[in-house]
Amino acid sequence: MSTVARDPFLRRWAPELTGAAVIICGFLLIELLVRTAILNPYVVPRPSDVLLAFERIVVEEQILSRFLVTAAEAGTAAVLVALIGIPLGTLLQGVPLLRKATETWIAGMAAAPIVLIYPLFLVIFGRSPWTIIAIAVLAGLPPVAMLTLEGLSAVRPALVDTGRSFRLSRWQMFWKIMFPAALPSIFSGLRIGLIFALINVVGVEFLINFGGLGPLINELAERYDMPGTYAAICFVVFVSIIVFVVMERLEKWLRPVR
Amino acid sequence: MNDMIRPEQIAQPPVTAPEPMLVIDHVTKRFETPDGPVVAVDNISLTVGRGEFVSIIGPSGCGKSTLFNLVGGLLSISDGTIRIDGEAINGPHKSIGMVFQEDATFPWRTVIDNVAFPLELQGMAKGERLERARHFVSLVGLHGFEKRYPAELSGGMRQRVSIARTLAAEPKLLLMDEPFAALDEQTRLLLGDKVLQIQQELNQTVLLITHNITEAVQLSDRVLIMTYRPGRTKRIALIELPRPRTSEMLSSDTFGRYVAEVWADLREEASRGMQDAERGSR
Repeated sequence: MSTVARDPFLRRWAPELTGAAVIICGFLLIELLVRTAILNPYVVPRPSDVLLAFERIVVEEQILSRFLVTAAEAGTAAVLVALIGIPLGTLLQGVPLLRKATETWIAGMAAAPIVLIYPLFLVIFGRSPWTIIAIAVLAGLPPVAMLTLEGLSAVRPALVDTGRSFRLSRWQMFWKIMFPAALPSIFSGLRIGLIFALINVVGVEFLINFGGLGPLINELAERYDMPGTYAAICFVVFVSIIVFVVMERLEKWLRPVR
Repeated sequence: MNDMIRPEQIAQPPVTAPEPMLVIDHVTKRFETPDGPVVAVDNISLTVGRGEFVSIIGPSGCGKSTLFNLVGGLLSISDGTIRIDGEAINGPHKSIGMVFQEDATFPWRTVIDNVAFPLELQGMAKGERLERARHFVSLVGLHGFEKRYPAELSGGMRQRVSIARTLAAEPKLLLMDEPFAALDEQTRLLLGDKVLQIQQELNQTVLLITHNITEAVQLSDRVLIMTYRPGRTKRIALIELPRPRTSEMLSSDTFGRYVAEVWADLREEASRGMQDAERGSR
């Protein structure tokens, strides 16, 4: 520990290096358990084989073009989640009766397995991207709406009174004070909502065997290509992490100091 | 005690009374509660002249902040009228600039953008409003901090940003509700000096709500002392200390006498307030 404390490079990168070391150790442990047959190699592939399978799923299975299909669905869902969720949260904040009537079950929806409703959307939209997008939007909406509502409700009264003392119109009050003050909370909602949407896009793709990455995982699993299946799953996890980090950076860039 | 006031500094009685700007005329504010109406402010009258610095002091819960909100137009009046330059106040008025007790700077805007906010609302061109905002930032002594965000400033600096932002709108009346309440004593004294300096530079009319006797005596021409529940006028004390004033005067005998006089009036009210609070917590 004392070396870490002294060396400025180690001090700066210690959390990242520790995180990477934990993942590498985890992989090595699984590799060891599979190689010694403590873990069944027919169920859990060797991490080294999963790593090698990446090249195959990129070249043979066109994972990148499949990723673009999934990204287009997730992107459409993300835009809809923001376009519906933020106004919905604003509406709930502005109409107390509506808030009291719906807040609990909207919050409850965030914890519900929305994906189970897919047969209904299959009937409505057929086996199309819209079934996937509809479920993703439904899953992403609660956190965005609830955190928008929470952010707007938590705006400090002194800021609102300042706006009133400057005789702002309702429109000015919203855009110049309420919205920017609630932005950190809205961003948290968007970050969680978009991750929920992405999870559901891939999940529904998998269930209805339609779209980009979901059907690929399905096909690889049906072919019993375990290293390929796990490589595809790792790819999805990796994409989710990238989305989360990008959202976090975007928020910091938009709001340099809070 | 070291008397800091020199004989030539003794205030001369004004030749003419200042022209009245703010008139609070028999104002009462009642709040409807489940237990019946509660009178927060009862029949208060006060006239504030142009360029005058008047403080309203009273124990906690006496209705000072209610009166602040009534003058600022954030609350409606139950009885009586408040007029500024003859115009009745029925809501926030363009001639009144408000500074609040809590930090009211916009955390997402830099110091300069905070101060330029009212000018932006007026539709002033960017170059012009930034130039004017810079003037007010310098006036409150924050030159060099224009690009900083409020989170990077101390509590006292943030309160100065609020004051600069309010002054940038060029209000006829600067209305302040315990603006230094959250600050430590030393910062409070230095900020008091700053406010006095600004008030004299701009000949700004100020109505200050405070519970701090030293602050009220240091800054004001007159101090309205309120009773505890319902908030009525107990006395209006005339503070005839010479100007320009600074916090150096605090050690003078005259200053001490004024503080003692105000406290004598306030003590009974503060005791009532404390007894009430003790009864409430039993």
